[in-house]
Amino acid sequence: MTHTDHLIEIKGLGKDYFSGDTKVSAIKKMDFFIDDEEFITIMGQSGSGKSTLLAAMGALNQPTRGRIIVDSLDLYALSNEQRADFRSEYIGFVFQSFQLIPYLTVLENVKLPLAVTSQKNKIKNQMALDVIDRVGLSEKAHRLPDQLSGGEQERVAIARAIVKKPPIILADEPTGNLDSSTSQEIMMLLKSLNMGGYTIVVVTHNADMKTYASRNIKVQDGEYYE
Amino acid sequence: MKLHNISFGNILRKKAKMLFLVLGLVIGISTIVTLLSITESMTQNIEKRLNKFGANIIMTPKSENLSLSYGGIYVGGVNYKVQEFDQDRLTHIRSIKNAKSLSIVAPKVLGPVVVNDKKVLLMGVVFKEELSLKTWWQKTNGYFPQKDDEVILGSQVAKFLGVKTGQTFELSNKLFKISTILKSTGSSEDNAIIADLKVSQKVLGKDGKLSMVEIAAFCRGCPINELTLQIAEKFPNAKVTAMKQAVMSKMQSIEMFKSFSLGISIIVIFIGSLLVLVTMMGSVNERTREIGIFRAIGFRKGHVMQIILLEAMVLGVIGGLTGFCIGNLLAWGIIPLVMKDGIFFGININLGIVSTLMAVALSLLASLYPAVKASNMDPSEALRAL
Repeated sequence: MTHTDHLIEIKGLGKDYFSGDTKVSAIKKMDFFIDDEEFITIMGQSGSGKSTLLAAMGALNQPTRGRIIVDSLDLYALSNEQRADFRSEYIGFVFQSFQLIPYLTVLENVKLPLAVTSQKNKIKNQMALDVIDRVGLSEKAHRLPDQLSGGEQERVAIARAIVKKPPIILADEPTGNLDSSTSQEIMMLLKSLNMGGYTIVVVTHNADMKTYASRNIKVQDGEYYE
Repeated sequence: MKLHNISFGNILRKKAKMLFLVLGLVIGISTIVTLLSITESMTQNIEKRLNKFGANIIMTPKSENLSLSYGGIYVGGVNYKVQEFDQDRLTHIRSIKNAKSLSIVAPKVLGPVVVNDKKVLLMGVVFKEELSLKTWWQKTNGYFPQKDDEVILGSQVAKFLGVKTGQTFELSNKLFKISTILKSTGSSEDNAIIADLKVSQKVLGKDGKLSMVEIAAFCRGCPINELTLQIAEKFPNAKVTAMKQAVMSKMQSIEMFKSFSLGISIIVIFIGSLLVLVTMMGSVNERTREIGIFRAIGFRKGHVMQIILLEAMVLGVIGGLTGFCIGNLLAWGIIPLVMKDGIFFGININLGIVSTLMAVALSLLASLYPAVKASNMDPSEALRAL
């Protein structure tokens, strides 16, 4: 346990990959923090290291150097299974291209993070229906993902991310596959969630998205700029 | 939403792949069930046939003299009197504990007679029992005796007496008709005149006496020593001998079939396991993205393993039960085709339970490596595939 005043604190973070014998630094050195209830956009070109940074913040990608401390927990000092529990409790992921399970209905996809909890199915159902309602898809709860539009699938992905009410939402290019008006709807939805108390971190290469953020971080060649 | 919903959902979604996997198990289990059913049927059939090959227990009167003969050749000058026991006592044989195992009881009286001034052996038998026991007897022409004054002649005695089928000869002032002459059997019958038991007893002056009894015991894996002991208890004056060679050959045949089935079963199980392993590996590789999502949203390694192993278990149950049903159907259809007088011996529930458990175990075992591989998948690697 490491005490910190910030929700997320990144200290001397670095991530190297090896491409054959060549070392590639996806993240050279980053030090920054994110406070509770902030809405952060991380912007940068493809290959700039922004998705690597998001994965590291989500306890998915062990950094080569440095530490990430979330709510006083040093993420990479935890075991693999403790990190899985951390993700379950603290993080809601919104993946690029929605990443819904195609053979599960909207309701089942949203309930997916609850599958490993011991709550009664009735309660799980109610929790899922509440968030489905919140993203405006109540009437399509029993449809399969491929019966929905791109914007609707993104809403389902957001509903799945918030169903367990995690304090942090990490979104990787949530508007990457959407037209501009649907993108705006999604960003509005994320903004409303932020207003409701969620800390939101969005990785995007779309400069228009930073208007929704309380703070914008720029990543270029594995380095951090504000 | 529980983990099993994900397993069932995946099974229903990938019907073709799962059907292929189940098919692997069905082929494996149905082959084993068919093979075992056929082997069981063959075993019983062989037992029946072997029992038809003749007596496996011989009962003779006790004698203090030792027979100096080997392979039908008598040596030395020991002249021992032929002893008999009472025919009345023979009914007691049906009161032994394992009486149900006694298939044929063929009493005989033996003695020398003079025909056409030549001394020959007369063997009195109960034709019904004797012909059931000696299924290998083949007549040259004519027919088997139907009346008291009709006899069978062995091939050697017919030559010795210079007689043919249909001719008559006199014995103790009574005419007997030769109803048939046997083809050479290579055994003692070749040298004997075979007549009705009662008639022979009168001719030989041995009314109500028996020289020996041949017994065919009809039972699975015959507790032959036990049977001989039980008979010996009822007949204290008799020497009861088990022809172990017949029993041993019977047991060897059965063991041979069992070993054959076991060998084939092991090969089929091995092939079935490989099929399940390959299909499951393919299924896990296809689901890299899905497993990445599970891990990213907080599923532990154990949860991922549970999902995959539950799928394997469900498919194992389906494959096992289907394989058992198809195996029985195949056995029912095949047995009459591959075996003369072959009968399907019905559904064996124990075999059903064992084969279903085997299919589940096989499926779980073959899925263990893919499940471990999936659960150990680095979520960041899996997400890179997104």
